[in-house]
Amino acid sequence: MTLEFPKDKWSGKVQEVVIGATAEDGGTRTSTVTVGGESTMPFIHYEAETPHRPVLALEIRDSKPNDWSEILFETWGDAMEDPAQWAKAAEEAGAELLLLGLNLEQPDGTPNTPEAAVNATKAVLGATGLPLMISGPGQAEIDNELIVPVADACRGERVVLGICEDKNYRTIAAAAMANNHLVIGRAPMDVNLSKQLNILLKDTGLPFDRILMDPTTGALGYGIEYGFSVMERLRLAALRGDAMTQSPMVVEVGFETWKTKESKVGEDVPESWGEWKERAITWETITAITLIEAGADIVVLRHPESLKRVRAAIDNLVEAPELA
Amino acid sequence: MALSGIEIYKLLPKTNCKECGFPTCMAFGLKLSAKQVELSACPYVSEEAKAQLAASSEPPVRLVTLKSNGHKVEVGNEVVLYRHEKTFYNKPGFFFRVKDSDGEATIKAKVKEIDAYTVNYVGIDLVVDGFAVNDTAGDSAKFTAAVKAVRAESQKPLILISADTTILEAGLKAIEGETALVYAATAENWEAMAELAKTYKASLVVKADTLEEMADLTQKLKDKGAKDLVLAPSGRDFSKTLLQNTIIRRMALAKNFRPLGFPIINFPCDAEKAETEVALAAQAVAKYAGFIVMENFSPETIYPLLVLRENIYTDPQKPIQVQPGLYEINDPTPETPVLVTTNFSITYFSVANEVESSGQPGWLLVSDAEGMSVLTAWAAGNFDAEQIAKDVKRFEVASKATSKVLVLPGHVAVLSGELEEELPDWEIKVGPRESVDLPAYLKEAV
Repeated sequence: MTLEFPKDKWSGKVQEVVIGATAEDGGTRTSTVTVGGESTMPFIHYEAETPHRPVLALEIRDSKPNDWSEILFETWGDAMEDPAQWAKAAEEAGAELLLLGLNLEQPDGTPNTPEAAVNATKAVLGATGLPLMISGPGQAEIDNELIVPVADACRGERVVLGICEDKNYRTIAAAAMANNHLVIGRAPMDVNLSKQLNILLKDTGLPFDRILMDPTTGALGYGIEYGFSVMERLRLAALRGDAMTQSPMVVEVGFETWKTKESKVGEDVPESWGEWKERAITWETITAITLIEAGADIVVLRHPESLKRVRAAIDNLVEAPELA
Repeated sequence: MALSGIEIYKLLPKTNCKECGFPTCMAFGLKLSAKQVELSACPYVSEEAKAQLAASSEPPVRLVTLKSNGHKVEVGNEVVLYRHEKTFYNKPGFFFRVKDSDGEATIKAKVKEIDAYTVNYVGIDLVVDGFAVNDTAGDSAKFTAAVKAVRAESQKPLILISADTTILEAGLKAIEGETALVYAATAENWEAMAELAKTYKASLVVKADTLEEMADLTQKLKDKGAKDLVLAPSGRDFSKTLLQNTIIRRMALAKNFRPLGFPIINFPCDAEKAETEVALAAQAVAKYAGFIVMENFSPETIYPLLVLRENIYTDPQKPIQVQPGLYEINDPTPETPVLVTTNFSITYFSVANEVESSGQPGWLLVSDAEGMSVLTAWAAGNFDAEQIAKDVKRFEVASKATSKVLVLPGHVAVLSGELEEELPDWEIKVGPRESVDLPAYLKEAV
C-alpha cells in the first residue's frame, strides 16, 4: 500500500527575526541568532523544512538575586556576584543568547538605579559576544526608568528590550525604535491579548521584524497546559495567515519552573517527589521540550544541565528523518 | 463518510431504552457521531442499520483496553490533533519494562517499588499503569517465571514482548483471564500472532519499519479477526517518533483511514541515557502515544511525567477547579491572616505558589467561584461579599484563624465595605492585585 501523508496547506509564515548585531551591522556582537520563519507546525519536516532551530537562552541578573533556588546558587557559584563573570559562565555553558534581568534592588537592598543597570549591561556586553535580551524587574515605572538608559547605552546592538505589556509598552517601544533594538511583548496566556499587544506595538511604528512575543506559560504542574494550547493556537493562527500572530514566541521556562515548590524546595517534601536536583532539572527540561513542540522559538532557562538536555532534543528534532 | 447525529438517530431503534447508558437514542446518536461510543453499546440495533453505521460509528482511533485483576488501562478513542479543539480523552499508560534475564529477585524488587509508587498532585493520586515483560533468553520457562515474578508483586496489566509465539503463549497461559498486550506481529509472523491474540483475547502490537507496511499488516490482521491492535512505529528518537505519531493520528482523523486508526505504543526505554528516556516520554505524552514503555524508574523523573500527563489530558473545555476550602500554607498559626482567592485552578496555584515560596505562613480561603478567576468571577457575580462570608462560615475559618484578619485580592478592593458588613467581627484588608506581589506584602504584614 502506498500512503499519501496528509499535508496541511498553510498560507502564513512566522516572521523571521534577527537578534544582535555584529560589527558589520553596527554592533559589537560576535554572533547573532535568527528565529522564526516556520511555515509548518513544529518539526513537521515532510511539509516544509524548519528554517531556524529553537534558540536556548540562559538567564542572568545584573546582581545576585536573593530569591533563586539553592541549586542555582550552587551551580553558578561566585559568578553570580558579577554580571560579567556570570555572562561568561553562561556562554561557556552553551547559551546562544542571554537574558539579562535587571533586579528591583541592588545587593545592599537599595533600589536599582539607571547607572547601575547601564554599568551591568556594559559589563555583560564587554564580557561576551552573545546577543542579548534585557528585561526590567516587571514594575512599569521602574522598568521604564531602567530600560531607557540601558537602551541608549547599547545603541546599535539589536538587543531585545522587555517586557512590554498592554499598559506599559510605549516607552520601551520608543527606546527600541530610537536605538535600533527589538522588543518583547508579553500577554497573559490569551491568544487575543497577544494579538492585540502586537497590534499596539506595530502601531508605535516599530517594524514587525523587531517584535517578539511572550505568550506566558505556566510551569509543568502549574498551568503548562494553558501555555501549551495558547502557543499551539497562536502558531496555527500564524500559519493560517493572521499577520498579528506571526511573531516568534519566547517563553521564560526557567523563571516559571524554578519558582515551583518542586524545584525550589529540597526538604520536608513528600518522599514520592524523589531526589531534589534531578527533579528540578527534569521539571525545567520537560517543560521546555513540551513548549518547544508547541511552537516556542526561544526558551529561556536557568540551569546549564537543562540546557544541555534540551539542546540534545533540539539537535535531533531539527533533523528530517527518513520515513520510507 | 461520517454521518451526522440526526442521520444516525434515524437508523437507531428510537425506543429510548437507555441500555446503552444514554438517556435517549438521540443522545446516543450524537455520541456516535462524535465517535465517543461504539455502536455495540446498543443491544437492539438492526443488522441493516449496523451495516450502514459500521463505517461511521467506529471511533477513528480504536479504543484498546487492557485488563487484569482489578486494573484497567484504556487508550485510544481520540478525536483531535490539538487538545484545544476538544480534549485528549484517554491518558497514555506508563509501563515499566523488565527482562526475563534479570532474574526473579531483581524483577520482583523493581516491580514492587514501582507498583507501590503513588504521588499526590492537586488532590489526585497518580500511579504507574503496568509492566512489560521482555523475553531475552528465548526460553519459555524463563519467560513464564518472569511473568509470574511480576504477578507476585503487582496485579497491574501486562505487555508481553517476544518474537516467538511459543514463548508468548507460555506467558499468556500464566495470566489467563486477563487482557494483555502482546508485542509484536510482524510481516513474518502475523498469522500465528493473530491466532494467539484471538485464542487468549489479547490485544496485539503491530510492528513495521514503514507506515505503509504497517497499514498492510493491520488490514491482514483485521481480516484474520484480530481487531484490538496497537501500532509500534519504528522511530526511537524525537524527530522520527514525532513525525510517525503525527502522521498516524492525522491519517486516522483527517482521512478517516482505518488501517492506521489504532493507538500508538512508543519505547523511550530503548534510549541510551535515562535523561533522554524521560525527555522522549514527555514528547510521547503530548504527541499522541497510547502506551509508553519505560526502563529506568525513579520518583524524581516519574513524578514530573505523571504530572505532565495529567496536565496535557486536562479537559480544556472545563475550567479546572480546586476544591473550595481553607488551605494551610507553611504552618499558619491562629494569628496568621486569611488570604481569600477563587477556586479557578490557575488562580489557586498562582496564589498558593507565591505564598509557599515566600516562606511566610498563610491561611488560604479558596472560595467557591465556580472555577473562575478573581476578576471574571467578580464580574459574573460569583465572587462577592456574600459568597466570601458564606465560605468563611461554611469552612469554620474563625475557629482556626482566631485573629480574624482577612485579606482580599487587590482587584476586588471594592468588596471590602460590603464584606465588613457581612463579617462585622473581622478586620478586612486589601492585598496586592497580582499574586507575584504577595511575598513582599506578607513580609511587610509580619
